[in-house]
Amino acid sequence: MAESGLMEDLYREIILDHYRQPRNHGTAIEPTCSADGANPLCGDQVRVDVALVDGVVEAISFSGQGCSISQASASMMTEYVKGRDTAAALQGDEAFQQMMLTGEAPDIDGFDDIAALAGVAKFPARVKCASLAWKTLAQALADGGGSVTTDDGSR
Amino acid sequence: MTSLADLPAVERLPYDIARIRRDFPILKREVSSGARLVYLDNAATSQRPVQVLAEITRFYRDHNANIHRGVHTLSVEATELYEQARAKVARFIGAADPREIIFTHNTTESINLVAHGWARKHLQPGDEVVISEIEHHSNIVPWQMLRDERGITLKYIPMLPDGTLDLDAARSIITDRTRLVSITAMSNALGTIVPLDVIVARARAVGALVLVDGAQSVPHMPVDVQTLGSLGVDFLAFSGHKMLAPFGIGILWGRLPVLESMDPFMGGGDMILTVSMERSTWADVPAKFEAGTPNVGDAIALGAAVDYLSALGMDAVRRHEREITDYALRRLADVPGVTIFGVPDAERRGGVISFELDGVHPHDIGQVLDTKGVAIRTGHHCAQPVMLALNVPATARASFYIYNTTDEVDALASGLEEVGRFFGVRK
Ligand SMILES: Cc1ncc(COP(=O)(O)O)c(C=O)c1O
Repeated sequence: MAESGLMEDLYREIILDHYRQPRNHGTAIEPTCSADGANPLCGDQVRVDVALVDGVVEAISFSGQGCSISQASASMMTEYVKGRDTAAALQGDEAFQQMMLTGEAPDIDGFDDIAALAGVAKFPARVKCASLAWKTLAQALADGGGSVTTDDGSR
Repeated sequence: MTSLADLPAVERLPYDIARIRRDFPILKREVSSGARLVYLDNAATSQRPVQVLAEITRFYRDHNANIHRGVHTLSVEATELYEQARAKVARFIGAADPREIIFTHNTTESINLVAHGWARKHLQPGDEVVISEIEHHSNIVPWQMLRDERGITLKYIPMLPDGTLDLDAARSIITDRTRLVSITAMSNALGTIVPLDVIVARARAVGALVLVDGAQSVPHMPVDVQTLGSLGVDFLAFSGHKMLAPFGIGILWGRLPVLESMDPFMGGGDMILTVSMERSTWADVPAKFEAGTPNVGDAIALGAAVDYLSALGMDAVRRHEREITDYALRRLADVPGVTIFGVPDAERRGGVISFELDGVHPHDIGQVLDTKGVAIRTGHHCAQPVMLALNVPATARASFYIYNTTDEVDALASGLEEVGRFFGVRK
């Protein structure tokens, strides 16, 4: 798809890599908190399970189905969050949402792969896909569970 | 009111695809990637020809005034044009009388008008409304709301795995308690053409009225309300924007005595005969259902759209779409990894093809195709019960209209082959 720069902005090789070989996908862990996220409009679904020990993410796992962007973003999110404390995890969420607004990758530690998603900002219809896993993570950490949805109705 | 006899005849034109395409300048534009547009999202909304665009401009430039309440020249002209459009639509669907044509905003409003004006007035708790599993949400939700409000019973004719309706089940689902059967003529999610004959015959046998959701049939095939489902039906709902007309104009057709038995949907100006501080009396049909200033300009443009389609002939439109669909069904079946949902032959389906590509989410399919200029729809198509029955979260859908060509089908197919290679589809 070399003829289209737009496509390369969206589907960077590292994104496809996470999509084809998702990290921390469906791993058996003993979660202390979980949340379900859905983007009913396009059928993206993600569940995030987190095992917190003394405020640090000891283990994390995600499952669900969805487009390449939502699944790759979930995979990258789990890699970033693992081993970090809750505050750092939520900071990551904030930085990610900011990146979806500006299209600029933030200069934070551990965001190397995630920065590949900056190009999604140019595709407003896909921002929800990329953000779903982070929103679901924030929900899981916020009050130990629940569900989030990003739907706003459609044709 | 313009009578059917007053309408000028429409001259039939040969089906010349090159000429038709020239009437749609948007088909020449490029999308953001620089590729030429291949518009295959016609089930969501059609494009508009220059004739319709010119009619909108002509109305606002030369005749613009509010209708029905003026003696001045412009108001008289605007009223005449509005009523002439009503008569054109009546002729287009074989209505006996232009008064049976009610201008609404879209199919959704037309169905809600029946739910409020007819069903709320005439149905008792325990009465049944029968719909089907392949309906658009706009023919499900109004009946669920009425069920919860009025205690009516809502029943569904089930879908078979091939996307057709279970007609044997329909015979027993429609009972003596059924007062209304509200059914789509063609599924927007799968393209299934519903054999209305069986359903209408059964409904008639038990004395139920029939509402047909014509959003996907009126734009694409000959529809005559007197012979629809062989025996004719009682209501027909459809949208202008899917048949070359602007957004924001729709139609409810109903049989005159049925419309006369109904309560108004909204109260206000234009729908009354008299208003005192105590009470009001209703205007006659159709004004009773057209409260407030209507969408005059777009109604007139719908008249121009109907003229355009009549000149092509709806039998020719259907023939063209059947050829394109037949070609597309065969062409897509050759693309590695593609599974097509619904009936396998173009005879029993309209110009809509829902499909999946092994291992690639519909959203990604749509995104990659867009870089090739190919516009398709992905998602649940406002038919979540169908998605549930197919056990998929979403599908990709290509849908055709009068201007689509086999070259465009080829662009879709080669685009899909590239999507497959890009995401590494095996098979
Ligand atoms: C079969 C069917 N019914 C109803 C509708 C609703 O039409 P509108 O959104 O114009 O009210 C649609 C349009 O998507 C449709 O395809």
